Amino acid sequence: MARVSIRINGVLHEADVEPRLLLVHFIRDVAGLTGTNIGCDTSQCGACTVIMNGRAAKSCTFLAVQCDGAEILTIEGLAKDGQLHPIQQAFWEKHGLQCGYCTPGMIMTAYHFLQMNPNPTEEEIRHALEGNICRCTGYHNIVKAIQYAAELMRGGAPAPTPAD
Amino acid sequence: MVQAPERLIGAEVKRKEDPRLITGQGTYVDNLKFVGTAYLAILRSPYAHARIKRIDASRARVHPKVLAVFTGEDLRRDGIGSIPVGWLLPDIKLPPHYPLAVDKARYVGDGVAAVVAEDRYSAYDALSLIEVEYEPLPAVVDQEAATRPGAPQVHDEAPNNICFKFAMVAGDVNRALAEADGVVRQRIINHRTSGSSVEPRAAVALYQPATGELTLYNTNQNPHLIRLLLALTMNYPEHKIRVIAPDVGGGFGTKIYLYPDEVVACYAAMKLGRPVKWVETRSEYLRATVHGRDHITDFEVAYKRDGTITGLKVTTYANLGAYISPFAPLIPTFLYVPMLHGPYKLPNVSAEVYGVFTNTTPVDATRGAGRPEATYLLERMVDLVARELNMDPADVRRKNVLEPFENYQTPLAFVYDSGNYPATLNRALELVDYARLREEQRRLREQGRYIGIGLSTYVEVTGAAPSQVAVSLGAQAGLFESAIVRVHPTGKVTVFTGSHTHGQGHETTFAQAIADEFGISIDDVEVVHGDTDAIPFGLGTYGSRSTPVGLTAAYIAGQRIIEKATKIAAHLLEAAEADIVFEGGRFFVRGAPERAVTFQEVALEAYVPRKIPADLELGLEATAFFNPSNFVFPFGTHVAVVEVDPETGQVKLLRYLAVDDVGRVINPMVVDGQVHGGVVHGIGQALWEQVVYDEQGNLLTGTWLDYAMPKAPDLPSFQTDRLETPSPVNPLGVKGAGETGTIASTPAVVNAVLDALAPFGVKHIDMPLTPERVWRALQAARGQG
Ligand code: FES
Ligand code: FES
Repeated sequence: MARVSIRINGVLHEADVEPRLLLVHFIRDVAGLTGTNIGCDTSQCGACTVIMNGRAAKSCTFLAVQCDGAEILTIEGLAKDGQLHPIQQAFWEKHGLQCGYCTPGMIMTAYHFLQMNPNPTEEEIRHALEGNICRCTGYHNIVKAIQYAAELMRGGAPAPTPAD
Repeated sequence: MVQAPERLIGAEVKRKEDPRLITGQGTYVDNLKFVGTAYLAILRSPYAHARIKRIDASRARVHPKVLAVFTGEDLRRDGIGSIPVGWLLPDIKLPPHYPLAVDKARYVGDGVAAVVAEDRYSAYDALSLIEVEYEPLPAVVDQEAATRPGAPQVHDEAPNNICFKFAMVAGDVNRALAEADGVVRQRIINHRTSGSSVEPRAAVALYQPATGELTLYNTNQNPHLIRLLLALTMNYPEHKIRVIAPDVGGGFGTKIYLYPDEVVACYAAMKLGRPVKWVETRSEYLRATVHGRDHITDFEVAYKRDGTITGLKVTTYANLGAYISPFAPLIPTFLYVPMLHGPYKLPNVSAEVYGVFTNTTPVDATRGAGRPEATYLLERMVDLVARELNMDPADVRRKNVLEPFENYQTPLAFVYDSGNYPATLNRALELVDYARLREEQRRLREQGRYIGIGLSTYVEVTGAAPSQVAVSLGAQAGLFESAIVRVHPTGKVTVFTGSHTHGQGHETTFAQAIADEFGISIDDVEVVHGDTDAIPFGLGTYGSRSTPVGLTAAYIAGQRIIEKATKIAAHLLEAAEADIVFEGGRFFVRGAPERAVTFQEVALEAYVPRKIPADLELGLEATAFFNPSNFVFPFGTHVAVVEVDPETGQVKLLRYLAVDDVGRVINPMVVDGQVHGGVVHGIGQALWEQVVYDEQGNLLTGTWLDYAMPKAPDLPSFQTDRLETPSPVNPLGVKGAGETGTIASTPAVVNAVLDALAPFGVKHIDMPLTPERVWRALQAARGQG
C-alpha cells in the first residue's frame, strides 16, 4: 500500500492505495467522483479524460501513485456556482451528446484544447479529438459544440444557463 | 399564469436529459454504489472450441479476497437453465446455451468459470488462479465452410451446423434470368462488426433473502424482456424480479439480450446475499458481446438493356456464432429477406438463407440488423448493373424505383406504408448538384485524381412488430409497446414508457409530443423509463421502434385522458360533453371560448372532486398498449463523395449528404443527431471496422487498438435534408430514424470508392475498404490489364 494525496476539483483526497491502482479508479472509487467514465482498456477511447496539472490526461493510463500531489479537474468540477461552463453549455445547445458516455472526456479534452487554441478551425478540432471515441454522434455536433464553445469563451457569450 | 406553449412537435428543443450528463451526474450502472458490493469476474475460454476436462479452482478459493468460485456445473445443479431464444422459426435447432459452459467451450470468450471477490482487482487476480484443463478441438469460423461435410460440429443437435433454413420466393426468378438481356453474378461479403457502444456492459445484482426480491441494474435497452428471459433462465418468479436500466451509454443493438454474465451476477448475489457487480472490460466486450452482420452472399441479378432490373436470386450464409443469441433468428430472416426488393419494382426475387453455427462470438442485431445487409446487397447490385450497361447509377435507380404510393404490397411479403422514392432521389441529386459533380469528376480524372460518387437509395423497415403481420409471416409472436400517462393533481404529467432511451432522447421527444397533446409546457412532462417496477410491461428500444410504437402508445393514452378530461370539464362548465372543445390546454364551450377551464383545473378536479358525479371514476391516468397494424418504412437517398489515392489505396471521404424521409419529425435536432451517428456507424463498416478471426477461431481484433473505430479526423461534417411523408400506420405519422444512416451509408461509401476505381476496371472489393484492400484490388486489375 502506498499513501497518495491528490487534489480533485479543489478537494484533497488522501488514501492508502495499491501501487497498481489506476488513477481513474482512484477518481471513481476512492474519491467517489463517477462522472469520469471508462470505455476501454487500451487507452483508445478518451472517456476517462481529466485535466491533470493543467493538461488533458487519460486517467486510465496513469497509476494513482504516479499522481501523488497532482491537481486534477474532472467534469464535476467544471460548472462553477451553479453556472455551466461554456463548453458544457455548448454541448447542450448544439446537441453534442446522445448517450453522454463519452461526453465528460470530450468536454475535458475540449477544455484543454481551447486553452491552447482559442480560435480553432474545424480541422484542428477534429485533430484534437483523435484520442476520443464517440459512437453516437458521428462527431458532427461535437465539432459544432466545440466551435460554439470557442465562440462563447472568446466573449460575446449569451446569458449563462443554470447548471440544473 | 399558465400560458399555452408554442407548438413543440417539430421544434428543436434542447434535451431534458443533458444537464445531468454534461455535469457528470449520469447514473450509468458502474456508477451505482451499494454497501457491501462484491465484484464478479468471468474466466473466458482462450480456445474457440475445446472440451473442458477439469476445472480446479482450489487455489482461487483460498485467495483471501475471494468469496466464491462458480462453474457451469454449479449453476446447473442449482437449477439455472439455458438462455431462451426469443424468436423461433420453423424447424429451428435449439441447442442449449448455459450461462457458463458445461463440457465444452465453443468460442473464444465463452464463460467457463466465475469468481466473486471483495474488489475488482482481486476478482481478476483470482481468474489466473483457476486451472482449466482443456482438450482443444478443431474449430470452424467460416459459415459456409461450416456446412460442408466433415466440418467441425459446434453442437451435436445441429447437423452440418445448420440452425435454420429460411426461404422466400416472389415471381419467377429463373425465368427472369433466362429472359434477361444480361445477368451479373457476384459474391459479396458483409463482414462481421462490433456494435461497440462506448460504455461496455455492466450489471449489479441485489438480493433480499427475506422477501426473495431480486433486483438487477443492467446496461440494457429493454428491461422487461431481460426480466422475462431472466425469470425463464433462472426458474425464478418473474414478479420477484426487478430490472432497472438506468442511464445506458449507448446500445446499438448489443444491449438487447440477456447475456450469460448478467445471469451469473444474479446467481452470485443470491448465493452470497451480497450486492454483486460485474463490469465488462472493452476486451471482454469484443469477445463476449454480440457481433453483427457476417453474411456470405451469392447473388444473380437479371436486367434489361434499358436498365430495368427484373430478377434477383440470393443465397446467404448467415453466421450465428456459437450460440443462438435471443433475437438472432429474426435478423437474417424477417429483417433481411422481405427487404430484398428495397425501393425498387423488382418483381422476381428468390432468397435462401442458412443460419449457421460457428466457433465465434454469437451474432445478433446491431444497428440496422438485417436491413443494412439487404440494402448493401441491393445497392451494390444496382451499381454493378449500371457498370455493365455503362449507364449512370442515378439513371438505373430512376428507372427502377417505385412511383409514390400509399400501402404498396411488395411481391415478397411486406406492405410498405407510404413512400415517395423519386422525391428523395431527385432531392439528393439536386442538392449535390449531381451533373456538376460528374463533370468535376471527369475533369479531375484527366489530372490523375480519382473522385468517386456513390449513391444509396434505401428503404428500411421499423416499428417492430405488428403481431398479425409478424405471425402471418411465420413468426411466433409480434411486438407492441406500452405506456401509462399519469396526470397529477397539479396538472403535471408523468409518462411511463416501455421504450428505453440510451442516447435517443426520448425524455425530450416524448415530452414534446405529450406536452403538445395536452397543450402544456414541456417542463411539466417527465418521462420515466427503464424500471420494471415503474413502467408497464414494455418491449423496449431497438429497430427504431420507440417513436412509431412507444410514443404512439403514450399518445393513445393521452387521447384517453383527454376523453375523460372532457367529461370532467363538461361538468365543471355545466355544458354538454359534445359541446366541449379542447385546444391549447383549455377546455371551453363551443362558441363561448370565455367559458373555459384549464387542463390543470380539470386535473385537480379529478383528484379533489367537487363537481364530478358519482358515476364518473376519479383520477386522471390511462394505460395504452399499442399493437400497430403494420410496420413503417423510412426511406431516402444518400450520396458519398470520396477521393482514392491509387498509389496508396487510401480513401478519403470528402463529402456526405443524407436525404431521409422518416415520416413526421418530432425534434429535427435529435433526428439529425441520429442520422450523423448512424451514417458514421455505416461508414465505419465500409472503410475501417472489422472483427477478424484467424482460422483457429482466435480473435485478432480483441481490443480497440485492433478494432478500428471511426474517429473525428477521418470524417467530414455532414449535410442532412429531409422530406416528410407521414405514415398512415400511426396517428402521429412517424416512422423511426435511428438506423437509416447506418443502413444507407455503407453502400453509398463503397459505391463511391468503386466509382472512383472505375477507370481501372475494378468492379467490386469486399469491405472494409482499407488502403491495403484497395491497393491490392488495383494491383490485381493492373496485372490483368
Ligand atoms: S478508458 Fe481511458 S482511454 Fe479508454
Ligand atoms: S454520446 Fe454516446 S458515445 Fe458519445
